[in-house]
Amino acid sequence: MAAPGDIPQAGPALQRAQRDRARRRKRMRWGLLAPALVVIGIFGLAPLSIALVYSFLEPGTYGGVTWAFSPEAYVQFLFQRDIFDDTLGFNGAYLRIFGRSFGLALITMVGTLVLGFPVAYFIAARPEQQRNLWLFAVTLPFWTNLLIRTYSMMLIVRDEGFLNGALIWAGVINRPLSIIYTDGAVLLGLVYSYLPFMILPIYASLEKFDFRLLEAAHDLYASRVQMMRHVALPLTRPGIVAGCALVLIPALGAYITPELLGGGKKLMIGNMIALQFGSGRNWPFGSAAALILMSIVLIALLVSLRSGAKPEARHG
Amino acid sequence: MARRSTKPRELRRQPLFTWVSWCVLGVLYAPIAVLILFSFNDNRAVMSWTEFSLRWYGAALENEGIRNAAVVSFKVAAIATTAATIIATMAALATSRGPGYPGRSAAIALINQPLMIPEIVTAVATLAFFSILRQVTGWTGLGWLILAHTVFCIPFAYMPIRARLADMPDTFEIAAADLYATPWQCFRHVTLPLLMPGVLAGAMLAFVVSLDDVIITLMIAGPGETTLPIYILGQIRRGVTPEVNAVSTILIAITVLMIAAMFTLQKKRP
Repeated sequence: MAAPGDIPQAGPALQRAQRDRARRRKRMRWGLLAPALVVIGIFGLAPLSIALVYSFLEPGTYGGVTWAFSPEAYVQFLFQRDIFDDTLGFNGAYLRIFGRSFGLALITMVGTLVLGFPVAYFIAARPEQQRNLWLFAVTLPFWTNLLIRTYSMMLIVRDEGFLNGALIWAGVINRPLSIIYTDGAVLLGLVYSYLPFMILPIYASLEKFDFRLLEAAHDLYASRVQMMRHVALPLTRPGIVAGCALVLIPALGAYITPELLGGGKKLMIGNMIALQFGSGRNWPFGSAAALILMSIVLIALLVSLRSGAKPEARHG
Repeated sequence: MARRSTKPRELRRQPLFTWVSWCVLGVLYAPIAVLILFSFNDNRAVMSWTEFSLRWYGAALENEGIRNAAVVSFKVAAIATTAATIIATMAALATSRGPGYPGRSAAIALINQPLMIPEIVTAVATLAFFSILRQVTGWTGLGWLILAHTVFCIPFAYMPIRARLADMPDTFEIAAADLYATPWQCFRHVTLPLLMPGVLAGAMLAFVVSLDDVIITLMIAGPGETTLPIYILGQIRRGVTPEVNAVSTILIAITVLMIAAMFTLQKKRP
């Protein structure tokens, strides 16, 4: 908006009126923002600080904490205290859980990318009226209750489930395969849960993609594979990076999928944290683990923001 | 000429991708389809089909536990959605209208904060925080759960409202202001009616997200505050019962209706 105040001959009265108006606007703006900022500031940020404080306290006997400083929660992460002579010995159990979670989350990310890119491309290449329908079809499961979707996956992969039934009926196997309660089942569940998170951002990138570039590539004798590899993939990089972050983050903190499809035996970080606040009764250790998970996720988010921004800077 | 115009379409097509897409669509829907199908099965053994029947829906509606959980779920979702939508609409108005100002991107980042942190972290941190507040204030009851839901519903309500505002030219508002409308009149009679599809879409999203939440509710809910998803989780842990299929199907139906309505609302261009 061109402010009349920019005109040099504007009188002092006009200038004052303008200043008043700007001040009123500012007051209104922050007044409108206040409820959101207060609610999220207090109930979104303060809990994290409390968790930080808790992680340096001693666990209470029946859950909760005892108000005494102790770095034990972070020590416990790597070492185990011998109950007889109080010496510290290395304990890789929790590191292994973090490692497992990372492995599973990364494989999930690659899996969703391999499946998600073709789908996003396919949708973007559809005529416009079909695109919305496909988008709706892909988004719908994403809003459907994650618990119910995981449960429906349980019905499929159980020993007496749909998949085994179909395979036996087809004569491929004659005894049910045990799929549920394995890493494979958890992986399947994770890919199934988070696939829409990969498809949507890649689609958003491809929607702006100029398909005439493919004609140009074709005229330069590119094969279909080369067209994807050297034209479509590099230009959708921001979408791919965003999709990877959107899949990796919830997959790392997954709780329901490993709980139901992994049978609660093969822990991921999310289950381990929940366990500390439940039957584990070690709130400080649970808080410490939660904060470590959060830091990892925030670092991943920052890395993805930086690498996602690069190509845009180059083109813009 | 005709040949030339079909050429670009041909080039876009990646036969393998088409094939993958249809398979993915199938895999996305097959488990849910099986679940829905077997919720209408008469047999108690969940996986062998005998005959169509609404028996498990009847059983679910008569089940005291399910009825109580449904009441808690809808109460929490309705209050949290209303609060979150009002707060998000105000915040969207402040962050999308007019020229930029210092602190705006920080405010947007704070509003989106609940989306950037793994849910399990939010859940346990909120549990720790609320356990202190509960001790200090001595308050118990559904309020805590509603509060927690409101917090994570705000960013979900905020997204479609802000998107709608960004698509809305501000010419009408300027015209209203020129005709001596007060800011409130301008909002009430110009901005809000134009913004309504966005507000409704945001409210529906918030409602669905609240209704479906498991992890945060699991950590925070006190005794007697079981929501439908928590009830379902408990049943699944104990072993599959056909009532769970029926309740799940009802929840899926509610979600599908809401999201379909939201899609239609968002397609209406301002």
